[in-house]
This record gives sequence, C-alpha cells and structure tokens, in this order.
Amino acid sequence: MVEVERDTAVSKLEVEGLTIRYGETVALKDVSLDVRPNEILGIIGPANSGKTSFLRAINRMDEMTDGMHVSGRIALDGTDVRRWRNVYALRRRIGVVFPLPVGLPLSIFDNVALSPRLRGVHDRASLEEIVERCLTRAALWDEVKDRLHSLGSLLSGGQQQRLTIARALSQEPDLLLLDEFSIAVDPVTTMRIEDILKELREEMTIILVTNLVQQARRLADRTAFFLKGDLVEVGPTEDLFMRRVRDRRTTDYLEGRFG
Amino acid sequence: MARKEGGSAGGDHLGREWWWDKIAQAVLFGGGISAIVFVIAIFVFVAQQGLGFALFDLDLATFFTSPQWRPTSEPEPIFGALALIVGTASITGLAMLVSVPFSIGAAIFIGEFASGRTREILKVLVELLAAIPSVVWGFIGLMVMSPLLMDVFDVPVGVSVLNAGLILGLMAAPIMTTIAEDALKAVPDGFREAAEAMGATRWQVIRQVVLPSAKNGLVAAVLLGVGRGFGETMAVLMASGHSINMPSSPLDPVRALTATIAAELGETARGSEHYRALFSIGILLFAVTFVINLLADVFVRGRRASR
Ligand SMILES: Nc1ncnc2c1ncn2[C@@H]1O[C@H](COP(=O)(O)OP(=O)(O)OP(=O)(O)O)[C@@H](O)[C@H]1O
Ligand SMILES: [Mg+2]
Repeated sequence: MVEVERDTAVSKLEVEGLTIRYGETVALKDVSLDVRPNEILGIIGPANSGKTSFLRAINRMDEMTDGMHVSGRIALDGTDVRRWRNVYALRRRIGVVFPLPVGLPLSIFDNVALSPRLRGVHDRASLEEIVERCLTRAALWDEVKDRLHSLGSLLSGGQQQRLTIARALSQEPDLLLLDEFSIAVDPVTTMRIEDILKELREEMTIILVTNLVQQARRLADRTAFFLKGDLVEVGPTEDLFMRRVRDRRTTDYLEGRFG
Repeated sequence: MARKEGGSAGGDHLGREWWWDKIAQAVLFGGGISAIVFVIAIFVFVAQQGLGFALFDLDLATFFTSPQWRPTSEPEPIFGALALIVGTASITGLAMLVSVPFSIGAAIFIGEFASGRTREILKVLVELLAAIPSVVWGFIGLMVMSPLLMDVFDVPVGVSVLNAGLILGLMAAPIMTTIAEDALKAVPDGFREAAEAMGATRWQVIRQVVLPSAKNGLVAAVLLGVGRGFGETMAVLMASGHSINMPSSPLDPVRALTATIAAELGETARGSEHYRALFSIGILLFAVTFVINLLADVFVRGRRASR
C-alpha cells in the first residue's frame, strides 16, 4: 500500500480503456479519464449514454448484473479494482446514491447503522454517535431525531434521498458516487443536498452523474460529456460552459439541441 | 367495431364489449359468492350436527381434561378429548420443528442463491412434492419410516409421534417453502442491490435486509404450514399408531383429533351421542384452523401495509 501513495496525489481514480458491454450492446467504448482527489467530477449526457454503467463498473456492481461485461482498467488509489480480492472491502470504501431513493425497510436508525454493523461496529454508543453525525451532515437530523425508530421507508422522497446520503456517509467512504440523485427530489431539497456535496468535497472525491447540466455547472470542478457510449470530452467545467470546447456535439448538447 | 354497429362514435350504444364486461363480472361474482356460500354451508352443517350437543350435553370439563375417549362404553360413555388434543398438538409441534428450518432454508436457497436452471428444477421438484397424496405419505410412514425408527431406536413399535411428526413435517414443507419463497421474491431487488453496493456479503444481505423485510410473509408461511399439519388426517392416521395414549416420549404412539373422526364416524349411528361428539371435535378443529388462517391473513396484510 505504501508504494501507491505516490499516485494518490495525482489521481484518485484512473480509468483506462474502459469498455462495457451488455451482451451485444456496447454501453461504453474505450473511455479513459482521471478523477483527482477531492474534486467533484460531473458526468453529463443524454439517456443511454452509459453514465450509470460507468458508475456500476467502479464498485464492481457488474458482478451482480446479468450479462454485464467490463474490460479495461479502473484503478482506485493506484490499485486496479478488479484486482481487489475482497470485493466487499472495496465496496465499503465507495458510497453510492441511486437515482430513486432506496430507504431500506428498516428503521431510520438501522438504515444508517447498517454499514457500521457490516464492518463490525456493534456497541450502542458508537452506533448512536455515527447515526447522529451522519444524519446531521445529510441535513436530516432535526427532522427525524424524534422518530429514529420508525420505518425509513415511510419518509418522504426527499427525506429518503437524504437518508440514503447519510447511509453512504456512514460507510466513511473516500469516493462517493451519485447517480441523478435529484430525479425524485424537490428543488429545495436538491439545493440542500448540493450544499452538502460542496462541503463533502473537503473530505472525499465525488463523481456526480446528472441530467441537469446546470447542476454540473454549479457543483463540478471538471465535467465529462458522455454520448452514446463515447466520452466526447472532459475538462474544467468553466471551459465547457464558456464554449471553450473542442467538440461541436458538446455545444449542441449544452444548448439543448438534442437529448 | 362499436363504431360500425352504433353508427356514431359518441352514441350511447351497448356494444359487445359492454355485454362481455357485464357477463364476466356476473360469472366472477358468482364464483366468489359460491365459495363463501359453501364455507358457510359447511359451517352450518357441522354446527347443526354438533353445536347443540357440545354446548348442552357434552361435559366440557371432561372433554378438555380427561384423556379417556370411551365413546361406546356402557352404560355411561366418556368423551375426554385430552389425549387426542395432546396427540395432535405433539405431532404438529414436532412437524413444525422439522419443517420450519427446512422450508425457510430451502426458500432462501431457491430464492437467493440458486439461479437459472437449478432454480427452475428445484421449484418444479418442490411443487411435485406438494402434489403427493397424503395416503402415499401415510404409506411411507408405515412401510419405510416405521421399520427405520424401530431399527434406529431399538423400539418394538415404529408408528409414533416421531414418525407422524416427521411425515407431517415432510408434507408441510413444500407448501411452506413455496409461500416463503414468494415472500422473499416480494422483497424489491433494489433493497438487495443497495445493500450489496454498501459492501454487504450475500449472507449479510439476506440476514440484515431480506429476512427482516420478508418477516410477515415468512410468519404467514409458517402459520399456513401449521394449519396444513393440524388438519391432516390420512397420513397421521397411518403413521401415528392411532392408539389413545398420553405420550411420555416421542416414540409413543398417539391418536389425532382428525384421525378419530375419520376412523369412527362411519361406525356411528346418525344422531347418536357418539356421532354428535365427533362433530364436536369437528367444531374444535374448525375453530382452531380458522384462528390459524386468520392469523396468517393478518400477517400477510401486515406485509402489504409495511410497503
Ligand atoms: N442491465 C442491463 N442489461 C442490458 N442492457 C443494459 C443494462 N443496463 C444498461 N443497459 C444498456 O446500456 C446502455 C447504457 O445505459 P446506462 O444505464 O449506462 O445509460 P445512462 O447514461 O445511465 O442513461 P440514463 O440517463 O437514462 O440513466 C443503454 O443502451 C442500456 O440499454
Ligand atoms: Mg442512468
């Protein structure tokens, strides 16, 4: 682990020649890009451009998806994720937030305590401390502190999405993947979550897939544009929006000419 | 089509699909109602034959506390059902001890681990097991299990609580497996995926997420299995030894409530005390089964409500 420290300073995640297939369908073609530590990398692109597939390859969720085949190299802190022998340990380091909030059918407390329990934390005091800390950081603590033991799946959509974020934070991840988190969330909650993400950047690296180009503009340090499985370009977000882009297709998309 | 017949698209015309809809509704309504009518009719019949006797003539204290079932003794018959109740309860209890872990385990394997062909084959096998007639199970108890138990435990009689409990456990397992598997299947895949993405192992996903969310359905599966075992007659009659006895060990033969009715009803004179006492047992069975099914229903509803 010591020799990979050197790489950490350069990039958190290195992706080289990543190709993803579902049977005959090619979802992603030969994508190479780097994600730097403590940045928010935005990924934009129309439907079916391979954004979700990209995220799923990072924490090896392809292994639980029938027919999904991944080739190429994804290195987290310099180590190819496919070379990790303990896939569970890999996944515990990576927080994931899905498009539709998945409040597990457990109490609010147990939802957030699940991940610590999975890694062997069982004493009540530590769990309570973790649950309070994560819910606070996800801006949900004040709303739920009096009903921690009621079902998480009974919360509103926006609350459930913040619960999902609290749950991801309870993993103490150093990489956080968000897939169109605002799709089922009202604008006010979306703004609150965006503020949370800006703070979280201090502690972790974030990859934010979004179908709202303005969200990428607000949050992302750099932005990648995916189209039909191709990485059209990746660069500082300002460059993309200031039209300092190399590819016409990017401008077309940003101006809403397709997708 | 309605357009052609009616002439104009907007006219109030009863077209063919309107009649089909009404006919289908009527047929379905008739089917649903007849099921309810049959249940009520059976209940009325059983109650009419035995309820008056059970309430006014039968000594309920004796019925529930005396192990003496002597319906034909002269001059005074004794109707004590305790030994029969204990027989049924001990067989059913043992059967559940065998079949609950077995069925839940099988359901977890089929639903969560097996995939593709293995899964399909296992499901077909379980359904085949459920289709074996109970007399065949009784036969297996008598001809296979009984000599086996005599050998293993070195006892003179092989038909016993243990034999009937094992047979009944095997009989109840397929239906419990099927219902338990349905309960597991009703847990959305998104839950499993979310937990796996957090780094939960397969077993942790099952233990921490799938089983808790399927809990009500699993309890319902167990209760329906209990109901199945409780009401079973033929296999129990053949495998239990059918002798009135307060068992002191699982190797003792016993007699079950259901088997008593099946064996004695044909020999009684219609309307006699003995005949009506058997119907009183029927009412007891009816009541207990009803309560079990009601409980199962409450749990299934609970499962839907917690969505
Ligand atoms: N489980 C799957 N099985 C088969 N094909 C899939 C599967 N998941 C995705 N695909 C295909 O892969 C391609 C890329 O899909 P992906 O979900 O990665 O796109 P996306 O950019 O996330 O789209 P969206 O914005 O709609 O979420 C699509 O053509 C899709 O049909
Ligand atoms: Mg997607």
